[in-house]
Amino acid sequence: MPQKAANAAYYGAFQDPVTNAQAAFRGIMDAMARPGRIHVFADPARPPAPLSPAQGTIALTLFDQDTPVHLTQGLAATAVASWLSFQTGAPIAADRLQARFALVEKAAALPPLSGFAQGTQDYPDRSTTVIIELEALSGGTARRVAGPGIDGETTIAPLGLPDAFDALWAENGAQFPRGVDLILTAGDACLCLPRTLRILR
Amino acid sequence: MYVAVKGGETAIAEAHRLLADRRRGPRDLPALSLAQIAGQLSLAVDRVMAEASLYDPILAALAVKQARGDMIEAIFLLRAYRTTLPRLAISQPLETAAMQIERRVSATYKDLPGGQLLGPTFDYTHRLLDPDLAGEEAEPETPARRAVSGEKVMRVSDILDGEGLVEGDGSFGPDHVAGDITREPLDFPMPRDTRLQVLARGDEGFLLALAYSTQRGYGRTHPFVGEIRIGLADVEIELPELGFSVPLGRIRITECQMVNQFKGSAKEPPQFTRGYGLVFGQSERKAMAMSLVDRALRADEFGEDIVAPAQDQEFVLSHADNVQATGFVEHLKLPHYVDFQAELDLVRRMRAEYEAKRAGQAGDEDAITSEAAQ
Amino acid sequence: MSAIEGIARTNFAYLDEQTKRMIRRAILKAIAIPGYQVPFASREMPMPYGWGTGGVQVTAAIIGPEDRLKVIDQGADDTTNAVSIRAFFEKVANVAVTTHTRDATIIQTRHRIPEAPLSEGQVLVYQVPIPEPLRFLEPRETETRMMHALEEYGLMHVKLYEDIARNGHIATTYAYPVQVAGRYVMDPSPIPKFDNPKMDRSPALQLFGAGREKRIYAVPPFTEVKSLDFEDHPFTIQRFDKPCALCGSTHSYLDEVVLDDRGGRMFVCSDTDFCEERREAGHVGPLGVPA
Repeated sequence: MPQKAANAAYYGAFQDPVTNAQAAFRGIMDAMARPGRIHVFADPARPPAPLSPAQGTIALTLFDQDTPVHLTQGLAATAVASWLSFQTGAPIAADRLQARFALVEKAAALPPLSGFAQGTQDYPDRSTTVIIELEALSGGTARRVAGPGIDGETTIAPLGLPDAFDALWAENGAQFPRGVDLILTAGDACLCLPRTLRILR
Repeated sequence: MYVAVKGGETAIAEAHRLLADRRRGPRDLPALSLAQIAGQLSLAVDRVMAEASLYDPILAALAVKQARGDMIEAIFLLRAYRTTLPRLAISQPLETAAMQIERRVSATYKDLPGGQLLGPTFDYTHRLLDPDLAGEEAEPETPARRAVSGEKVMRVSDILDGEGLVEGDGSFGPDHVAGDITREPLDFPMPRDTRLQVLARGDEGFLLALAYSTQRGYGRTHPFVGEIRIGLADVEIELPELGFSVPLGRIRITECQMVNQFKGSAKEPPQFTRGYGLVFGQSERKAMAMSLVDRALRADEFGEDIVAPAQDQEFVLSHADNVQATGFVEHLKLPHYVDFQAELDLVRRMRAEYEAKRAGQAGDEDAITSEAAQ
Repeated sequence: MSAIEGIARTNFAYLDEQTKRMIRRAILKAIAIPGYQVPFASREMPMPYGWGTGGVQVTAAIIGPEDRLKVIDQGADDTTNAVSIRAFFEKVANVAVTTHTRDATIIQTRHRIPEAPLSEGQVLVYQVPIPEPLRFLEPRETETRMMHALEEYGLMHVKLYEDIARNGHIATTYAYPVQVAGRYVMDPSPIPKFDNPKMDRSPALQLFGAGREKRIYAVPPFTEVKSLDFEDHPFTIQRFDKPCALCGSTHSYLDEVVLDDRGGRMFVCSDTDFCEERREAGHVGPLGVPA
């Protein structure tokens, strides 16, 4: 659909908000419960660039007035901020520690995971879920992974993660039950890395 | 040959048919109208609105009718409906100083600006059943009404406040966002705003009993009724586009400000402290009980020892909700035979071991006796 | 009476979208922290607290038009509360229902795990009355939360061991505590401990909803779920010395049925679907007749 930049905020939502959100959520839930499994959204949202369809779909499914969202500087400078605000009502959180969700666009520098809300020892659920757009969810360096949701072990090969990722992720995992959860996205697909996922290499 | 019990669906449908029949009662009598219930059983309707946290007399009357007069069932019905309603706006705090007063009594001053006003109260009625209400009722006389005087009915707490003898009205910092117990899980320790929300929809009987216990020494607070006022208050919402607030309508409320003695602490001078109660409709008992329990729950603020049930937040606030309480108590009538089977098995096994042990001991004793005989 | 006119309409699956989002977010965090109880703003449902409002809210937040729902109570599809909850979802979500464990995509349960092994892609939703496994040791939420935070489960072991010292048995026969993925001690809901081993490394996703207590928790697929025990007193499950009277099964959980006032008893499968399938496959118990 052709869009004018000025009113990009009004376009790209779900055709049928109730059913689309339910189907999208089941996809995210299954992906979170089975890390390593790539889920492709059937009827994705069409948010303004550089937000990907998968990121837009996740936003429409999970964001609202109650979920402050952190945007990278790059995203904050685009129509994405007004799109999110109009479509979900989610307040934009400049402070990463206040964010329930964070969005990172493709090729942007990965912000330090420890800068986001980690939850507390007694409320570890109060941590940020970071949604990161990558080049692709396969075709990258293969990593053997294990943890809850995985029968034995499996392999993931997302393309576009920084070299230091494994060390950052190990740090995140070491403070369990605290820690962030990641949803990696590419185009209209997603792959979840709950904090329990261990990279074996 | 045994056939497993079946037919739950039919049984439920038939039970509901029977319920509908009993609810309607004898068909030769006219059915109650909602206007009759709202107009003549108005205190029942008020209680349902208060504990359901939804101000709508007609829907509350419907709930009372549908629940056959069972108050907790009616509260439950109205609450379940309330859950489905969208949140359109959040009102401004009610200005109870400006409400149109129907009743106002203070136990702490003989007379005060605005006067003592008895209003429609049961107080001083002699509790004698009135045979005149039994049959065709004569129209009661129309009560005398005075014109709205415009005189400000000043709050007793403001009088004490003027003298600096009562603690300030509770306030949170400017950043404080009022909680909402119907949208957020309870999290202990709970701040006073959400505590008051729990009390406001809490079970009248439970709060009454707790309040009573504080008077009998289980967490005494030396209370005086500063003031009880019942009347109509404006509900206003602020419209950001206009920059001012507009009235939506008026609701009847009961407010109780309890004034309690406090000897002072290292941080605070000797002064009076406050307990607060605010309830939808006319419900003095509930508002008073609420204010006593509110004060009791503030024990830690004043450095008082927490020794009594009414001072224990987790205990009071976790058990004040009658819809939750009735659900969980009554769920025990649901089938539990799977768990009971597991318990049966354990008790049988333990009993068998016990009997075996006893038989063993008895055997030993027999042996000793026979030895002695020899 | 304008207020009356607005009462009839409700959203798909009863809950409004904002509530569903709130529950969905809680479910995701629950999956990411296996066995940890996520607080959620449980709503008032049109059925009583203690009767499955938590499970119903979880099911309502995940269910869609493609799902096939099975609801059981005590293992049976035909118990009154199961019938009532199933009817609720048929009405508000217009969803297909089934009694066959294998055909269901979502199974909501009270007090049992089906006998037939669950498979990947299935979701088992438990109704939970008291989600806190430490509650019977310590009634205060503030205290138990701290015990979970510090992974301080010694008290639980002490209590179980006291049972052994006094009775020679662990006197907990249902709602038997488990440890999930080596970290959180979790209440498996009041299932008989017979069912505990089925939770371990189940291919299905297990979600737990406690409405009155406002908690959601989860066990992801293939996750270790270990019933607490001791080296000298390993966890064991109840064995029945008789087969199911109807289908002859010797490895399922049985209900005791009182036949007369002279001590007559029979034992039949608690999982009615399992029992019926066996009978259809030609298995006959001592009091059964061929299907």
